[in-house]
Amino acid sequence: MNVEFFAISLLNGVAYGLLLFMLSSGLTLIFSMMGVLNFAHTSFYMLGAYLAYTISGIVGFWPALVLAPLAVFALGAAFERYSLRRVHKFGHVPELLVTFGLSYLILEVVQLLWGRSTVPYGLPTQLQGPLFTLYGTQFPKSRSFIMAVALLMLLAVWLLLTRTRIGLVIQAALKHPEMVEALGHNVPRVFMLVFGGGAALAGLAGVIGGNTYITEPAMAASVGSIIFVVVVVGGMGSLAGAFLASLLIGIIQTFAVAMDYSMATALQGLGVAVTDQTFGYELMKLTVSQVAPILPYLFLVLILIFRPKGLLGTRED
Amino acid sequence: MPYRLKFRVKFLAASLIAAHAVGAWAQKGETVKIAWLDPLSGLMAAVGTNQLKTFQFLAEEFNKKNAADVKFEIIGIDNKLSPQETTSALRSAMDQGARYVVQGNGSGPALAIIDALEKHNARNPGKEVLYINYAAVDPDLTNSKCSYWHFRLDADTSMKMEALTTFMKEQPDIKKVYLINQNYSHGQQVSKFAKENLKVKRPDVQIVGDDLHPLAQVRDFAPYIAKIKQSGADTVITGNWGSDLALLIKASNDSGLNVKFYTYYAVTTGTPTAMGAASDGKVYQVGYSHYNAPGVMVPLMTEYKKRFNDDMYTTDIYTVYAMLAEAFVRTKSTEPVKVAAAMEGMKFKSFNGDVEMRKADHQLQQGLYITRWQKVDAKNPYSPENTGYTLAPVKFYEAYVASTPTSCQMKRP
Repeated sequence: MNVEFFAISLLNGVAYGLLLFMLSSGLTLIFSMMGVLNFAHTSFYMLGAYLAYTISGIVGFWPALVLAPLAVFALGAAFERYSLRRVHKFGHVPELLVTFGLSYLILEVVQLLWGRSTVPYGLPTQLQGPLFTLYGTQFPKSRSFIMAVALLMLLAVWLLLTRTRIGLVIQAALKHPEMVEALGHNVPRVFMLVFGGGAALAGLAGVIGGNTYITEPAMAASVGSIIFVVVVVGGMGSLAGAFLASLLIGIIQTFAVAMDYSMATALQGLGVAVTDQTFGYELMKLTVSQVAPILPYLFLVLILIFRPKGLLGTRED
Repeated sequence: MPYRLKFRVKFLAASLIAAHAVGAWAQKGETVKIAWLDPLSGLMAAVGTNQLKTFQFLAEEFNKKNAADVKFEIIGIDNKLSPQETTSALRSAMDQGARYVVQGNGSGPALAIIDALEKHNARNPGKEVLYINYAAVDPDLTNSKCSYWHFRLDADTSMKMEALTTFMKEQPDIKKVYLINQNYSHGQQVSKFAKENLKVKRPDVQIVGDDLHPLAQVRDFAPYIAKIKQSGADTVITGNWGSDLALLIKASNDSGLNVKFYTYYAVTTGTPTAMGAASDGKVYQVGYSHYNAPGVMVPLMTEYKKRFNDDMYTTDIYTVYAMLAEAFVRTKSTEPVKVAAAMEGMKFKSFNGDVEMRKADHQLQQGLYITRWQKVDAKNPYSPENTGYTLAPVKFYEAYVASTPTSCQMKRP
């Protein structure tokens, strides 16, 4: 592994990790504040991408960068107001089911409106092409843009929650909703804003992820499971944990691709004879690079066994 | 002439005419139901949807005019790319009266259909069902797992690699080859045949990498591109299709990797857009046809594009109808048992010239093209996904060049 490869892979890993963070931050916020595990979270990511595609076709990319997350915010808030709030009193399972149903609904609507195929959602020319060249490998502007937006978003959310009045009310509404209500704040409205805000964060990830990757109806399903891994590994409800877990998973996955070692080569290195006659050879000959995409799930299982509350989680239950 | 004899002659003549008429009427205006079992949901839905539209579009064309004067009717069923779903989809198709099934995406579902039909056809004489495979290219399907009820119209992995490496043999700039494929039967076969063929035809070429990644799971191919760059490869061979190829090429262009790609499926939805201007002259494809083929195909593709705003790329669906119509005429029947017997060894004309359904293994023998991604010009005007670029032919190999031997031991009923 030379310096060039190491540097490029690190950059790729961090860029992917930051996109994962944008995706999962909304989920972790909603979960920690409202206790709702939102199964439709990546559907909002998909909606963000498709809305940005349509809006950027009318008024251009930069307005779409603002308008699409706002539209997703409105949809998320409306869903909380008219659907989620009604089932809230029946407990966690109906809440879970209604978001599960919503994910199917959004998928079908997207397919009806935009079709089942890929849509040609591209970046504006200012964001195309390489930003810099590192040892002969170009690093695209689009990836740098993802990184910049994700970091700005992290900063903005953190400032909002810890340094503003709204953040104060949100945090208070979590621990003592009755007290906050007695002080004259509208707690249900706070929840509606939080849910809408979480959805908007996913929408924002869609706006910039949709063209770096591909905008298609299966895009929600393809990241659906990985963001749950991020949230659980990071620690339920911890924004910093989600940030750490996203970066870790992005980097682990990127570097694993480069490793062509398998259990078989490792054993052979130790002097153990391994041939295709050995028991379990099919499993042993799998290289790390081949299993790279499933490593996060392995990581998830290990975390659940050894540190169930996650890396930075605070809940003991 | 005594009365009785006269009556007999008349009766004989009348019954002869009647028998003949029934024979002719057995197909004139008759409806032939074809069940299409491929994905309409999940990650590869875009490819399946495009192919179902192609089947329906070409059915309309053939219903206007075909040699047997039959009407084709398509029953589309979503098999979710899963062998298990395929089996129940097949049952539902047979319940709806289909005696012909077509499928093409994935060799797993293909095998499921073959297994089910072997049993069904043995147990239900007179109600046989035929399977026409238009795109599943695992060589095993016409070798160790060959079946009398299965007919394949696409060239299999070994045939395409034969043509591709024959072309690569004449490219002196190829020195280091990197293999990257999807980790399931098709991808593994591409990797295997690439290594075997290059060893024989270009022993000087070095294989500097051999990656298998999960099918339709990888979102970000940048790590793989970094690995290819590090290996010093000048050429990549890949059997990837659908989003796996589009994302691979996109990541390559983003990082400015300067290699040539030798591919099987550069035409599937999304890939032309991903290639764009950055891949000019850098992507090659092997296939039984191309965007600018002479004959009937280009007008049909143009009409399809006008109607659906999409590109028709699975053009051997035309061959499905041409072959069936030809076999109906020859047997004067639409009965699958007779049709299967007629199709064995049948030589006929398709949109890409003279082809033959080889009797030994039911693998269509046809010429193969090598095409290269470049700007559209007067000779090659068709522009997929409105990219302004096209795949232009650089070489054509006759059927015998790309043909590979078979080990099929076919059991005939």
